[in-house]
Amino acid sequence: MLSTIDQVGVEERARRFQARSIKKESKLSALKLAVTMLDVTTLEGKDSPGKVKQMCVKAMRPLPDDSGIGPAAAVCVYPRLVRVAREAVGQSGVRVASVATGFPSGQSRLKERLSEIRYAVGAGADEIDMVISRGKLLHGEFRSIFDEIVRCKEACGEAHLKVILETGELQTYDTVRIASEIAMAAGADFIKTSTGKVQPAATLPVTLVMLEAIQDYHDRTGRMVGMKPAGGISEAKTAIHYLVMLKETLGKAWLTNEWFRFGVSSLTNDLLMQICKQQTGRYQSADYFTKD
Amino acid sequence: MPEGQKEDAAEAKPRSAKAKSAGGAGKSRYDFVEGDRYAPAPESSDHVSLKDSYHLFIGGEWVRAPRRLQTINPATGEVLAEVGEAGPRMVDRAVGAARQAYEKTWSNMPGRERGKYLFRLARLIQERAREFAVVETMDGGKPIRESRDIDLPLVAAHFFYYAGWADKLDYAFPGRRARPLGVVGQVIPWNFPLLMAAWKLAPALACGNTVVLKPAETTPLTALKLAELIEEAGFPPGVVNVITGAGKTGQNLVRHPDVDKVAFTGSTAVGKLIQKDLAGTGRRFTLELGGKAANIIFDDAPVNQAVEGIVNGIFFNQGHVCCAGSRLFVQEGIADTVVRKLKRRMETLVLGDPLDKNTDVGAINSQEQLERIRVLVDSGKEQGAKCWQSGQKLPRKGFWFKPTIFTGCAQSHSIVQKEIFGPVLAIQTFRTPEEAVEKANNTPYGLSGGVWTDKGSKIFKITSQIRAGVLWANTFNKFDPGSPFGGYKESGIGREGGLQGLAPYVELR
Repeated sequence: MLSTIDQVGVEERARRFQARSIKKESKLSALKLAVTMLDVTTLEGKDSPGKVKQMCVKAMRPLPDDSGIGPAAAVCVYPRLVRVAREAVGQSGVRVASVATGFPSGQSRLKERLSEIRYAVGAGADEIDMVISRGKLLHGEFRSIFDEIVRCKEACGEAHLKVILETGELQTYDTVRIASEIAMAAGADFIKTSTGKVQPAATLPVTLVMLEAIQDYHDRTGRMVGMKPAGGISEAKTAIHYLVMLKETLGKAWLTNEWFRFGVSSLTNDLLMQICKQQTGRYQSADYFTKD
Repeated sequence: MPEGQKEDAAEAKPRSAKAKSAGGAGKSRYDFVEGDRYAPAPESSDHVSLKDSYHLFIGGEWVRAPRRLQTINPATGEVLAEVGEAGPRMVDRAVGAARQAYEKTWSNMPGRERGKYLFRLARLIQERAREFAVVETMDGGKPIRESRDIDLPLVAAHFFYYAGWADKLDYAFPGRRARPLGVVGQVIPWNFPLLMAAWKLAPALACGNTVVLKPAETTPLTALKLAELIEEAGFPPGVVNVITGAGKTGQNLVRHPDVDKVAFTGSTAVGKLIQKDLAGTGRRFTLELGGKAANIIFDDAPVNQAVEGIVNGIFFNQGHVCCAGSRLFVQEGIADTVVRKLKRRMETLVLGDPLDKNTDVGAINSQEQLERIRVLVDSGKEQGAKCWQSGQKLPRKGFWFKPTIFTGCAQSHSIVQKEIFGPVLAIQTFRTPEEAVEKANNTPYGLSGGVWTDKGSKIFKITSQIRAGVLWANTFNKFDPGSPFGGYKESGIGREGGLQGLAPYVELR
């Protein structure tokens, strides 16, 4: 039986995590942890090899003067730029993730979506961020969504599969819960909130609904599934709220970039700024943090 | 549902071996929690002005009582301040001051003028909320998160709400004329010291009565600081009098022949004594007493939110809540799942320094209360219910009790029948809605209750069958000044809050 979600209750619970006061060494440690969980992302029409290469440099060493910070978990790009990213990150340990399957709408034929995955994996992607067909889901075609994800997972081979639910389009928490269950049952390694192209993107309550789904799935099967909130997280403070929620919901086993990622394009420098603030006691101008 | 089969699956180690770490940081280098605790984040108490010694507030003056009591911080055992203990003469003097104020000023003042005083007091409380929250936490042991986010906002809200009624009493009771009763004696408990003062004072004053308020022996400080605000707000002398002391002081106040009405919140045992004392005197009273609320979880409930509601129902304010959800009824099919999730959630509760902003469970209010909880928990174990406690470490100093649940409970267990007034939950299972309702009502109390189900029609059906004054659906422990609060059976007489809360403070002509 699928657990239903009470909207008021889940939003109230999410607010409680925001009331946690994370200070001093806990704050510094959380900020450093958040940096290692970043999927540094660029997904724009104007993306180019030059842009991706620069972003990779930043991901590998976010704070040029301090090798103890980072690296980020991964860089996330469009399939055509996977090869560039692969070359740029080399053996640094930073992984290459690629969106695929007709991102962001998912409105292309399955055949093309699968071939896009194979192309990205062939070009060196370690991780694939796929989108589900939201139209089908809202139409009640759960079986079809399940089958598609299974096919995508097969196409991934060794690569990890992150399934983007696009929660902003699903709208109700109950639908998010159903989508999470389908994705996990079909073999998703991660479930992810959003493409970043639809508002609202990641929110604390929607992420909480997905974390609870992960927990229930783990209770039933013993298999851990990762979580990636994406889009709309641009402040270090918000990132810390997410980590508090993660720790208090799934526990410490999930507190690593193996099981949790932030899909972001602009969070990195605020994290770095706050880390320097914690270490030096002073804020520095934004000009002291590199923009790549 | 295959859930519930693997009790300990959640604690299992990560199984996925092929998942390689990314970014060179597969194993987290940064737990951001030391053991299971966040770094200390104490609310500063520097801005708090506490005197070493407080006096009685009578007739607008601070009167020194010869006998003294000490009030301590239950989280540390340290003495916070000394207060006076009002003997019979002081009680008499306070009632006299209230009588004089009633006759000279307050009862004759137009409602809109009385309202202004109350609005002013409400605003002053908002301005000083931070300071009051800290004092409430130091004197009572409750977490600062609760006193800051729940108690104080509700205190201000109650004064604002009843300030609005002061000039509209004719509309509250259409076609009738509402006259104040006279001098009101109010005796309040230690679990929500300032909030209970607000619940009592606001409607009484709005209706034109004058008050002698007696806060609890262990938590007198915020009521005394409220008296300072009342002074600052410029209330006429004697409209509000605050006298501190122990049970004897309260008894003298209740028995005073010139008190026209008594309002009491506290234990059922004391409530019965008051009822006896007042029988035949023609003096009015309202009583808000104990409870043993049933929190009923149906198998179609939103389970994760229900678990949150259970936690909020019984561990809010260390369970020192008359409407606490202390009896949990879970439908059999989901009982294992709910208990497993509840235990896991209880392990994440932060217990410790009440002034720490991350604390979820604070200190037990007094040594005496701690003993009472221990005795009842021991009786539960003796009678065969299965006890489980979460693993938090208790601080060495002060009074503490671990969040506790009992499974395998039956109606015949003492822990199911008696009010424990601590962080102790008795869990029973049920099979049908009829059984749930029957057991929920099988108690001498009837203050509150909760129903959890995703089905709207079931909410209305079940809540209409439960004999309790307050019922929550898919939530628990929610309060609003506009909503009446009070009990059936041994949980009390009369309602506080809302329009209904005005009625006990007026005579209708």
